[in-house]
Amino acid sequence: MPVITYREALRHAMAEELDRDPNVLIMGEEVGQFNGAYKVTEGLLAKYGEKRVIDTPISEAGFIGLGIGASMLGLRPVMELMFFSFYSVAFDQIFNNAANMRYMSGGLINCPIVIRGPANGGTNVGATHSHTPESIAAYHPGIKVVVPSNGYDAKGLLKSAIRDNDPVLFMENTMLYGDTCEVPAEEYLIPLGSAKVMREGTDLSIIGHGRTIQMALKAAQTLEEKHGIKAEVIDLRSIRPLDEETILASVRKTNRVLLVEEAKPFCSVSAMIACIIQEKAFDHLDAPVRRLTSMDAPAIYCPPLEKEQLPTPQKIFTAALEVLK
Amino acid sequence: MRKLRRPEIALNSNHHPVSKKSPHTKRPDDSAPAYNARLAPINARLGQDEQIAFYRDMVRIRRFEERCLRAYQQGKIGGFLHLYIGQESLAVGCCSVMSKQDHIITAYRDHGHALGVGMSMNELMAENYGKYTGCSKGKGSSMHYFDPSRHFWGGHGIVGGQIPLGIGIAFALKYKGVKGACMAFMGDGAVNQGAVHESYNLAALWDLPVVFVIENNGYSMGTSQARSSAGPSLAQRAEGYGMSWDISENGHDVLEVRDKVSQALKRAHEEHKPTVLEIRTYRSRGHSIADPDTTYREKHEIEEYKRTKDPIMVYQNTLVAEGVLNDELIAKIDESARAEAETSAQFADQSPFPTVEDIKKDVYWETDNPADRKSVGTLFFD
Repeated sequence: MPVITYREALRHAMAEELDRDPNVLIMGEEVGQFNGAYKVTEGLLAKYGEKRVIDTPISEAGFIGLGIGASMLGLRPVMELMFFSFYSVAFDQIFNNAANMRYMSGGLINCPIVIRGPANGGTNVGATHSHTPESIAAYHPGIKVVVPSNGYDAKGLLKSAIRDNDPVLFMENTMLYGDTCEVPAEEYLIPLGSAKVMREGTDLSIIGHGRTIQMALKAAQTLEEKHGIKAEVIDLRSIRPLDEETILASVRKTNRVLLVEEAKPFCSVSAMIACIIQEKAFDHLDAPVRRLTSMDAPAIYCPPLEKEQLPTPQKIFTAALEVLK
Repeated sequence: MRKLRRPEIALNSNHHPVSKKSPHTKRPDDSAPAYNARLAPINARLGQDEQIAFYRDMVRIRRFEERCLRAYQQGKIGGFLHLYIGQESLAVGCCSVMSKQDHIITAYRDHGHALGVGMSMNELMAENYGKYTGCSKGKGSSMHYFDPSRHFWGGHGIVGGQIPLGIGIAFALKYKGVKGACMAFMGDGAVNQGAVHESYNLAALWDLPVVFVIENNGYSMGTSQARSSAGPSLAQRAEGYGMSWDISENGHDVLEVRDKVSQALKRAHEEHKPTVLEIRTYRSRGHSIADPDTTYREKHEIEEYKRTKDPIMVYQNTLVAEGVLNDELIAKIDESARAEAETSAQFADQSPFPTVEDIKKDVYWETDNPADRKSVGTLFFD
């Protein structure tokens, strides 16, 4: 099986869907001539031409709204936000228009649009460019939110997102773009809403999404090597829809939970999942649910301190031991 | 009456700043005959039936809204109710020149456009009442009417927020090779929203077949144009984007509206070029029902418009003078529109509300179409 990068996996997903459906198009800042600010769309303009791969001005409210309007007529725009952080410039378009359109029209209108881009910190680009808005997005009924942690999932999930008839916010990670893994050259789809057991274990469930899954896997390895602790690592992959069954099955098995994520702690995805666990699996818990998130302040620039602000494998390791105390 | 401070800027019909004529508006001068919308190609060969239809459509909007107002006062309609009274010539004029491949989208003052594209009073009134038989099953409100089968894409509540959608519709038409255009309506209050300017830029940059129709009634809620918008005219801002623009000074004249918007549509159809068309009009009622309508404009200004420029009265006078309408026909049209509006109120009254189960329908396509659902997992969290 070919070993390719996360960014190549995304590109393959888009190319396959461009080949399959003439209504699919790529649009965003620098996606064409520049070959993508993070080279995710590299080569697509040369292959598919200016009709299908469209460079936009820096105008997020305008072009995201345009994509939503076009999706109402049946196009399937895949919109790139150079940084997902720029979603806030288009907030009204995404959360008033795309999220509510089907509802306010009594089911007459759909918005089959994908808005994708990197949503992460850790690259010393300061608070404005380091937002992780999974929970803000998933808060809105009508919106779906997907966060792949590796290239294999990125390809299969992006293809499903493009074919989905509801608006999907697809949050990637610049720190993962260069990571490699085995990705089939042929077509495959991963349904939204299915979590994945990345590592089986019996002593503790570490549940998260995005880049923290790669950290959790490292921490789980160390836990086993140093303490013989078998941690189970669950990658949510999709925030809304959410695979509650896989979460709860793991909790019932291990009886101890550490929730990890890169976002800030208040009203975050882990806060919601902690709530679900206490509602639906309270009797299976042998210890309070613990969360590990970013430190609760705007993303700091200072490179060594940004590392401190974000989760790390070491912090996950330490938090896991505390859950097991 | 309280004396209002007048802005120190020249005004024409009480509320619109005087602007220079656009390059696309023929300026009356000594050598050329005065502009006469009636002689425009789109109006020159109108049959009596068509003329009566324009009149009837305006009367239907008026009577529908008057019935809405009564229902609101009776407590049958909640929230907002933005009446279009005084502006009927705009929706009727614009909708009357739409081709089968044209589309429209507008803001929250949408009753006229919805009736203009042929939606029924029943489904609109029922929507206002929050009933399941409403066009959006009672989930949208008076501000959020939709009928994609008639190419009517709403009905949008956030000022200016619908304009990016409008250029998206135009983009999709061009992408699919359809020779159609989108008329994207906004009020004069929308022109200072960033999303509108971003849309102007994209439409001009990409040659999108869109007509930006500014329905300039002089007031963005309670703030006059002079107190909210810089520059000589709203339409002229198009020049900054290299876009054609035009002004319909007499928006109360349904024939002038038809002429102006059909020229802009032609540009969209034949050249894929956008236009900003500002249509000067006036609303005879408040911004919404709760508007006291006494703090920001003077009563005589409203009365003057109603007395001299009410679009229904003006067109009625024209058609009577031309022998197309007579008292008997006027009464018949009026009676029929009143009866239709009354029937719609009864229909709405007798219709059921949506059920509690309906609250969570129409959120996701997938959960409404479970047999075709591809995703798994939980989508609702209560």
